[in-house]
Amino acid sequence: MELLLTVFSFFLLLVVFFFIGRTVERRHFRSLQEREAKLQHIQVSAERHPSPQFSGQPFCLVTGSVVISSDYFKTFAAQLKSIVGGRIGSFETLIERGRREAILRMKEQAAQQGAQAIFNVRLETSTLNQNKQKNSIICAELLAYGTAFKAPANPPQP
Amino acid sequence: MNPKGASKFLLSNTELIPGHTIAQHLGLVHGSTVRAKHIGRDMMAGLKNLVGGELKGYTELLNESRQEAISRMVKEAIALGANAVINVRFSTSNITAGASELLAYGTAVVLEQS
Repeated sequence: MELLLTVFSFFLLLVVFFFIGRTVERRHFRSLQEREAKLQHIQVSAERHPSPQFSGQPFCLVTGSVVISSDYFKTFAAQLKSIVGGRIGSFETLIERGRREAILRMKEQAAQQGAQAIFNVRLETSTLNQNKQKNSIICAELLAYGTAFKAPANPPQP
Repeated sequence: MNPKGASKFLLSNTELIPGHTIAQHLGLVHGSTVRAKHIGRDMMAGLKNLVGGELKGYTELLNESRQEAISRMVKEAIALGANAVINVRFSTSNITAGASELLAYGTAVVLEQS
């Protein structure tokens, strides 16, 4: 009886956090889409050399970072999946959310500075908790950084 | 165009900057900091780990630490007589479960507008 109760409460938790996690994720994706649309005018490229049209323009380093954590259900799903191997879909969307958020924050910082383009963008991921012990927090930091340039006031005619 | 404080100091992660020439190379500069998170934040993060999403406490902590690493790097560069650090790179590494090191490094240069 006691065992049954434990199993039942575990599955109840799983279901509850599945729905909470899904809602959080959907809301995040929606907000990402909206904000990305707003900042579309800022060019982002991984090009190492800024294009010559930005010659002599003011520049600055811009960074964006986010620490994103897994939820109860995702963690369980990942543990289950790691028995058989293969792609872990629940973590793929997690990292994608984080990376898009980091890039977006970098763009927001650039927009604050009045910049129009970001060059030499570098992306980095690092895990914060690597201890294998149980109940450790599963989270990763995603960092995006680059050099933002202001566009010339009167762009030269081609 | 630089964020707070560093009025005239320039930072960039590109190797070359169009319209500027490098008058002098002053070598590698770096700044780093090791930070641990505190228990309160850790407990909040533990709760947040159930529902998922961003851990704001950690994001702030790492941002502060990164700023600190950058300002240490800038201090070193200023001591060398530089007015800019180019080719800036960041790196993060775990030391133990509770602490991570944030490193910023780049090349200190004297930059002139051409």
